[in-house]
Amino acid sequence: MQLTLEFGGGLELLCDSVKIHNVNVNPENGAAKLIMKDLLAWVRANLIKERPEMFMKGDSVRPGILVLVNDCDWELSGQLDTTLEEKDNVVFISTLHGG
Amino acid sequence: MEANGGDVARIRSELKSLKAAKSDIETRISGLEAQLRDLTLLNASTVSNGSVTGDSSCNHELSPDMIYRYSRHLLLPSFGVQGQSNILKSSILVIGAGGLGSPALLYLAASGVGRLGVVDHDIVELNNMHRQVIHTESFIGQPKVKSAATACRSINSMIKIVEHQVALRTSNALEILNQYDIIVDATDNAPSRYMISDCCVVLGKPLVSGAALGLEGQLTVYNYNGGPCYRCLFPTPPPTTACQRCADSGVLGIVPGIIGCLQALEAIKIASAIGEPLSGRMLLFDALSARIRTVKIRGRSLDCEVCGENAAFTQKQFRDFDYERFTQSRLSTAPSKLNLLPAESRISSRELMEKIVKGEPYVLVDVRPEHHFRIVSLPNAVNIPLSSLEARLPEISCALNKEGITDSEKGANLYVVCRRGNDSQRAVQILHSKGFTSARDITGGLEAWARDVDPKFPTY
Repeated sequence: MQLTLEFGGGLELLCDSVKIHNVNVNPENGAAKLIMKDLLAWVRANLIKERPEMFMKGDSVRPGILVLVNDCDWELSGQLDTTLEEKDNVVFISTLHGG
Repeated sequence: MEANGGDVARIRSELKSLKAAKSDIETRISGLEAQLRDLTLLNASTVSNGSVTGDSSCNHELSPDMIYRYSRHLLLPSFGVQGQSNILKSSILVIGAGGLGSPALLYLAASGVGRLGVVDHDIVELNNMHRQVIHTESFIGQPKVKSAATACRSINSMIKIVEHQVALRTSNALEILNQYDIIVDATDNAPSRYMISDCCVVLGKPLVSGAALGLEGQLTVYNYNGGPCYRCLFPTPPPTTACQRCADSGVLGIVPGIIGCLQALEAIKIASAIGEPLSGRMLLFDALSARIRTVKIRGRSLDCEVCGENAAFTQKQFRDFDYERFTQSRLSTAPSKLNLLPAESRISSRELMEKIVKGEPYVLVDVRPEHHFRIVSLPNAVNIPLSSLEARLPEISCALNKEGITDSEKGANLYVVCRRGNDSQRAVQILHSKGFTSARDITGGLEAWARDVDPKFPTY
């Protein structure tokens, strides 16, 4: 499944300072669909190069990170259970505090 | 040389007396301006009562001066007299007169917000000027609130500007925010953002929230018309390591400028009751790719501890809430000062200078990131950023050997420096654990060096 993953608000620093990643991720172990929980595990294993604790806490993202699936807060689509589809765009963005 | 010295003294003394005279004149000017303002406002209200205008007929309260000043607003069919009248009657508080607050305040003053408040307790510094465009060089060393208010008054003498030269805390926030219709969060740290949002929920005020760092910005409106508050979105504070500051990570000056302008726009939309405020949505700005995306965010959370269904967050609870403890970070942006090492593992910049003067062999490791090292560094320093320290220990052994410092001394005369003396302590902890048991850090880092040893050494 082709997905576009974007990292912002400083999270790109955890993956070699690359903001946009066009990736191919497929459901594992014969699962019928790919959900956000699977994608997070995949991202952690394949894209996060340093300080994984700055990206994840337990199964989910750490506090202060917004996750957007097709420009929509994942809270509105089922969070970790959100089902992903071909060509979906997933954004991980760390909230900023500076000014 | 002597004649030169005499000139310098003469110029300094002349500058001093001119500055004193200037300050005196400025005080008199602002006094007169205040008088004039009050008289103008009085006249404006007299004129708008209708009797003086005689034959001109208008069913609004705009004086001829106001009609002329705001004519381009009045010409907008979707804004017009009603929108402008609403703005003139509104009151807006901008918290923070920094990178975000600067443009926000300038545009809010220009657009005629009836009462415009500004909160800040900082003073204007030279390293603010690249982004905090409301301030001018002549205000360096003076309170930001005074500088910002002066700039706003020079743009629009018809509105009321209120100066709150205080640090916003739970003890004074309710009282200050309660005086305004709309709040603009232009602060720069996590605890302030939670505190301001909670205060807005308690008082029922809409909050225009902006943030910027590096080359990115974010903007949204909280607690507006049933929309979410900051805590609905971020119920748990992020780890402190995820809260970067402009003073550490840098910021391109225009980025907070753009977000600050957008904050003013959202505040003007709410004040004038036109358009769709950015509630339930968030605007993300990426300067490098020139992309602005607006995304849909969650609505008010029923479980929110502050604004949710069963939340009973009262004014008293707000006053007693410890936001610094909640977020594990300081309300002021003063950099933290760690104290991780025993005294014998530290050396002052003066002591190091004495050793260098005596000609003692030493190795100095600068653990700042490479782009910091490129700004300025001490002579003979080797740059090994903290993040790669463990991998590059052989380079340190090699440097020690080259200086003739034997292994038996286990890193005697091995010194570590960073910008302020925090990372250098972390580095020394690593070095100690790897056998360099005599490594020491320079207390206070390069900032201490500049302060105590070499005042000409650049700081940033």
